[in-house]
Amino acid sequence: MNQAGNALRSRRKRRLDPARIGIYAFLVSAALFFLLPLYIMLVTSLKPMDEIRQGNIFALPLSVTVEPWQTAWSSACTGVDCQGIRGGFWNSLAIVVPSTVLSILLGAVNGYALSFWRARGAGLLFGILMMGAFIPVQVMIYPLVQILAALHLFSSLPGIVLIHVIFGMPVMTLLFRNYYASIPEELFKAARIDGGGFFRIFVQLMLPMSTPIVIVAAIMQVTGIWNDYILGLVFAGRDNLPMTVQLNNVINTTTGVRLYNVNMAATILTSLVPLSIYLISGRWFVRGIAAGAVKG
Amino acid sequence: MRAKLRLLRRKFVPYAALAPMALIVLVGYLGTVLWSLKVSLSSSRTFPAHDFVGLTQYARLFGNERWLQSLENLALYGILFIAACLVIGFLLAVFIDQKVSGEGVLRTVFLYPYAMSFVATGLVWQWLLNPGNGIQQAVRLWGYADFQFDWIVDQDKAMYTIVIATVWQASGLVMAILLAGLRGIDEEIWKAARIDGIPTWRVYLSIVLPMLGPSVGTAFVLLFTAVVKLFDAVVAMTQGGPGIASEVPAKFIMDHLFGRANIALASAGSIMLLLTVIVLVAPLMYARSRVGSRKGSK
Repeated sequence: MNQAGNALRSRRKRRLDPARIGIYAFLVSAALFFLLPLYIMLVTSLKPMDEIRQGNIFALPLSVTVEPWQTAWSSACTGVDCQGIRGGFWNSLAIVVPSTVLSILLGAVNGYALSFWRARGAGLLFGILMMGAFIPVQVMIYPLVQILAALHLFSSLPGIVLIHVIFGMPVMTLLFRNYYASIPEELFKAARIDGGGFFRIFVQLMLPMSTPIVIVAAIMQVTGIWNDYILGLVFAGRDNLPMTVQLNNVINTTTGVRLYNVNMAATILTSLVPLSIYLISGRWFVRGIAAGAVKG
Repeated sequence: MRAKLRLLRRKFVPYAALAPMALIVLVGYLGTVLWSLKVSLSSSRTFPAHDFVGLTQYARLFGNERWLQSLENLALYGILFIAACLVIGFLLAVFIDQKVSGEGVLRTVFLYPYAMSFVATGLVWQWLLNPGNGIQQAVRLWGYADFQFDWIVDQDKAMYTIVIATVWQASGLVMAILLAGLRGIDEEIWKAARIDGIPTWRVYLSIVLPMLGPSVGTAFVLLFTAVVKLFDAVVAMTQGGPGIASEVPAKFIMDHLFGRANIALASAGSIMLLLTVIVLVAPLMYARSRVGSRKGSK
């Protein structure tokens, strides 16, 4: 229907009348506004400091330098420690990978169990979980700190992973529940009659059909967890601080001269992973937004 | 006997599989909320105290100037942020929907900020808006020596800079959601409107926009949750300053939990935040579930 609609609409007149020019003028100026910060980040990160101090923020660099990028990566100071933000990069990676895998696995099992198996009380649990998606994190932070401390997981890698699994569960479960709800019940019944058990049907029948939703879920979790700040700040501990926290430390807690070029290089470096995912995944990313939005 | 046991085990497996979810829901969500509620009714400071002081902390909270300022800021921020995102997102979606060339590129450009963290967003805009080297200075160098754009260090305007930065980050999201909604609208409407000679903008405002209701609702819910969460962007951009001009509740709570060691007051604040969410989101959910069930019964 959509394609027919597009074809129909393309038959509408498309010559350059004033309205058409207006449309493009609006879109182009909007695009410039959206691109402006990216442009400023890039040119600032390539300028030497004295050029920044004297010059215009919009100007292209007169002498291009990549030194700020090297400094940002390997020798910028976060507090007393001058190791750059590369440590944060590896920390973020170490947090993102297990958190994403675990939350997708749990979300898939939950969604599968909720869609096909009649477990008593599961519907109620799911309802509470969906409401949980709206609870401000601040309500849960202090008790979670206490719980993790009691489990000796506070300020540790497994601890922050567990936290991301907890906060990711509502959306992940919803995503998979909705996906499995669209799979014909007959398929499941046939597998049952053939003697398949809970996990056998899950692993051999459901998972192989789940690739699209797993991709969507992975995109959502990787970008979401990579961009997280508050949870990493509270739960990760000094040795596991994610890149976002280190970035903020580099920029907002440095004493002495502020190296704006280094700051901007560090900001780009921190954003590189989610931005690449966005650019590569394209429509999948948008699909994730739409799927996650169903929670409303 | 063995067959019976196997049957029992089979019935038990789904429950076992749902155990992690049950644990997280009961302890992670329900338990922590009740815990915070309990702490908010105690006199705890650095360590939890197991007494009961009624609503004392709430009274203290609403006598706290910083909290009141945070609430006021959040209300102002929420209204401006949601309104601006919806308007800009709607305009972008409608203009993109005019069969423009380069649609893919435009969509990518409008949505890429959404892939960036609030921390990065805040830091970029802090740099753009700083009066010494940022936009203000650039415009002055272009010859407008009196140009002033120092909102980020202005007590009365700092909050607006956070609006600008986060609208830049999130309005692409609204565009994506509404564009999907627009593409789902029946083309017949356009034919009918053309036959009746209704101007395009009228059709968008009076016919299409109401039909986009569910998409707008979705966008609203997503934006609203972002408003309540507002923390990273403030920390990155202004640290709540100048003074307490851009303090927000989430930051107030975090500061009192960790910096100022007043967990009871912080918990009271967090419960107030939760109540706000319930009051604003619950009616919307209710309305949507009614619409959903009506559709289902058809």
